Amino acid sequence: MSQNNIVLSVADVSKRFGGLNALSDVDLQIEEGTVHAIIGPNGAGKSTLLNVCVGRIKPDEGHVIFDGEILDRHKPHEINQLGVARVFQTPEIFPDLSLLHNVMLPALAKRDGAFKFNAWVGLERENALRQEAEHILEDVNLYDERMQEAASLSRGNKRRLELAMGLIQKPRLLLLDEPTAGMARHDTNRTIDLLKKLKARGMTKVIIEHDMHVVFSLADKISVLAQGQIIAEGTPQEVRGNPKVQEAYLGGAH
Amino acid sequence: MLLQERKDLFLMAIFSFVVLSAPILFQPIGAGYPDLLQKFAIYGIFAIGFNILFGLTGYLSFGHAAFLGIGSYAAVWSFKLFTMNVVPAIFLSVIAAGLFAALIGFVSLRRSGIYFSILTLAFAQMSYSLAYSVLTPITNGETGLQVRALLKEGQTRGLLDADIRVIDSFFGVEEFGIPITNFFGLKMSGWEGFYFCAIILIIAFFISLKIFRSDFGLMLRAIKSNQNRLNYTGINTRPYLLVAFMISGMYAGLAGSLLAVTDPLAGAERMQWTASGEVVLMTILGGAGTLIGPLIGAGIIKYLEQIFSSINNYVLFTFFDFLPVELQVLVTKLTSLFVGEGWELTLGLMFMIVVVFLPGGVVEGINRIMGLFHKRKRKEDTTTNHKAQPAE
Amino acid sequence: MDVILLQLLNGLDKGGAYALIALGLTLVFGTLGIVNFAHGVLFMLGAFCAVTFNKILQLGIEKPVADTGFGFTPPPEVMPYVKIWFGETWGDFIISSSVPLSILLTVPFMLLAGIVIERGLIRFFYKRTHAAQILVTFGLAIVLQEIVKHYYGANPIPQTAPDGFSGSVNIGAFLGISDTLVYPWWRLVYFGFAIIVISAVFAFLQFTTYGMVVRAGMNDRETVGLLGINIERRFTVVFGIAAVVAGLAGAMYTPTLPPDYRMGMDFLVLSFVVVVVGGMGSLSGAVLSGFLLGIMQSFTAVSSYALLVFPNASEEVRQGAFFKLLDFVDTWILFPGIDQIIIYLVAVFILLTLPRGLMGRAGVMED
Repeated sequence: MSQNNIVLSVADVSKRFGGLNALSDVDLQIEEGTVHAIIGPNGAGKSTLLNVCVGRIKPDEGHVIFDGEILDRHKPHEINQLGVARVFQTPEIFPDLSLLHNVMLPALAKRDGAFKFNAWVGLERENALRQEAEHILEDVNLYDERMQEAASLSRGNKRRLELAMGLIQKPRLLLLDEPTAGMARHDTNRTIDLLKKLKARGMTKVIIEHDMHVVFSLADKISVLAQGQIIAEGTPQEVRGNPKVQEAYLGGAH
Repeated sequence: MLLQERKDLFLMAIFSFVVLSAPILFQPIGAGYPDLLQKFAIYGIFAIGFNILFGLTGYLSFGHAAFLGIGSYAAVWSFKLFTMNVVPAIFLSVIAAGLFAALIGFVSLRRSGIYFSILTLAFAQMSYSLAYSVLTPITNGETGLQVRALLKEGQTRGLLDADIRVIDSFFGVEEFGIPITNFFGLKMSGWEGFYFCAIILIIAFFISLKIFRSDFGLMLRAIKSNQNRLNYTGINTRPYLLVAFMISGMYAGLAGSLLAVTDPLAGAERMQWTASGEVVLMTILGGAGTLIGPLIGAGIIKYLEQIFSSINNYVLFTFFDFLPVELQVLVTKLTSLFVGEGWELTLGLMFMIVVVFLPGGVVEGINRIMGLFHKRKRKEDTTTNHKAQPAE
Repeated sequence: MDVILLQLLNGLDKGGAYALIALGLTLVFGTLGIVNFAHGVLFMLGAFCAVTFNKILQLGIEKPVADTGFGFTPPPEVMPYVKIWFGETWGDFIISSSVPLSILLTVPFMLLAGIVIERGLIRFFYKRTHAAQILVTFGLAIVLQEIVKHYYGANPIPQTAPDGFSGSVNIGAFLGISDTLVYPWWRLVYFGFAIIVISAVFAFLQFTTYGMVVRAGMNDRETVGLLGINIERRFTVVFGIAAVVAGLAGAMYTPTLPPDYRMGMDFLVLSFVVVVVGGMGSLSGAVLSGFLLGIMQSFTAVSSYALLVFPNASEEVRQGAFFKLLDFVDTWILFPGIDQIIIYLVAVFILLTLPRGLMGRAGVMED
């Protein structure tokens, strides 16, 4: 596995908020084609790490390098155009638009780039794009609702819609922030099945997750973050057996 | 799936029919004369353009009157310097307003929300002040810029007081006194003037329809819905906003030039914040973000303006003739607040009523009524079903 | 030096008016979260309180007029009640002091107006978008403005400062600098008045429990609401206070600027700019930038600094570097009319370089 290409590398990243060290000297390598889970107790800095990766937060020290580009120097839309897509923890969708349009927008961004003035070709004529969007919506089981306004969806469905928005771009790296948080068991299982199905397509994914069931059924590799530092890394089996991890994270709970 | 396109074609056909036959259709409500209809068309264009910015992206500009004013000034200068033909004037106005919008938009769009509103308002007020002070050599200050007679040989008058019209002179167009604007010889007054504006309105509406249905339009609506998400989707929203701002500025410039076509005069008061506020009201009254709403809003306001400002106390007094004299006097006194000079008061009240009770505008109101109708129908269906069930 | 001082003083009274309006605007925005486009009109209403009060003082009994025998009767002379009640001298004094005395009318009227507006309209807009707030208050502004126009006409109505304050005061002589620093009394009074009102508002917010709640509300509205404090009633009072402050600012400004129905909107646009420059949600920022922009405006209203500083410059002085600098400023920066737009230019500059304004706090209305 170690000969694989490194897609994303987080090099010595530190971030402080006031007196709090949210991240200190975090080093992380994400290999091409893997599902890499980042776990850790609340407040360990997982979301901060993800935010640094998509340019929402600038690190105080260190860099995030994706495919030779230093990500923290780019704007959010540039990072996306480089091939990094993100699915947020609280569903970030376009509530006033239909599901179909919600999914077509990222596809348009992928096809036309960050800006293209296209006022003459009607959306009606974007057949290829629409078919693609409909496929993705089928994948996430939202095809029947495709003409509805996104605001009308349940929370679980909104999250699946956002997943579809990430997937349609076929990004080289997809960052998922707790994709199953707040979902019922049944929904969680459906999402796991979906992600497993997509795993076969070879997209690299970084997943932040609380739910160990999700992590152990999907991840190839796990990094454990605690108090802003990576305390363990390895395959699910290795991490499961690591006494440090059990102490810091799994200890009391499991 | 090209159903939408066929529907739009149908919509365009109906729209063109209504606009072109407006002189007959609006006859019954007393609006079937060219001056008023022309106003409907011009302010309709202004509102349609404003809607492309506000209705689609949600960015509330409070300074769009500046572009209207610039359009007028540019058109009058074209009349003064080149020709009384309206085509170059319109062309020049749209370009000038577009460039100006690019400048103001570039700065204002760095902020959003109320900051954007305040920035645009500040820019418009600035233009207004400048038109009265430093720029008087261009704007002719309080008097306003006007078309004048040709400069005769031997005269030493400034360009503000005498025109040169190089193109017209080159072709040897003869002038007696102060000329009227024309479209390749066709005089732009009366019905000809209206039909000219009407055709431009149809074109303007068509472009707006195209934008609404395009990828570009979807992007703009996505900006209104969740701009932040759009950035993380890989879209650079700034240029989209700037283009939308420029397009709506160009619409305003076009409307301004048409105002100058009907009456070749441009004054700074066209740039005042009240004018900016008026187009906002037109748009929300009709329904921001809807295709036809702003046009309806513009029509309603200009129509009411015409009616209300033409009523005076005497008309009111005779209108309330059926009341006892004391009451007649009192009611006349009260209602006189709202008419004639007090038209603006009615406008302000309408503003409040619309925002409070009908935030979606007239179009939403119609939809609501239709919805109510449909719901009742559906309810009837379900109740009959319920009744039927136990019987089975 | 005294020339510079004079320009500074010139800016202070206008700055005072800006600061007072901006203070209320910020207060309402910070606590209620309302963008109030009708705030300038409250300033105008205050000014017309002064006009009305003056008219009330003039009320009296018509004196019978002797027929002149020329076929026309001159307009009847009126004996004001105040003169009848308080005697000739005191009556005259009261009438001439109508502007400061109009505070007696302005405070209760503006308080009432503020409460009525908040209860009757504004409170329905706490949960609506800023755009909706802007639009509805804009409509309200037009309505109030047109009502005033209907009853008072469109022309400015001049008001006079009290007898003792109507002239100018020789500040230069008072301070022992020079004899040329002469300044209208009333403007000095206005400046002092502005300082007093601003201090009173700050003291209220700082030292009363009521004010404490309001300040807490400015920081975190939701939490204060959760504490079980009836935040709504406080909102009403805050809006009332803001209205009173704006009204007082308007009433006292009438001797400097004859009020007309349009003045509110003119001041509103400027005041919004002041608030934005000061930093949305910062009271001290609003006051500071109010004075700052007022002073700035007065310094750009000068037509030529070279002539101002050196009224009769000799050839030698003209060759000096300082004169040349001033001359450069005159030709390239001080174009006529710049005082009208300097505030907007500053606002644009500030908004682009310091998005939070001069003293804005993080997290207030940041997009």
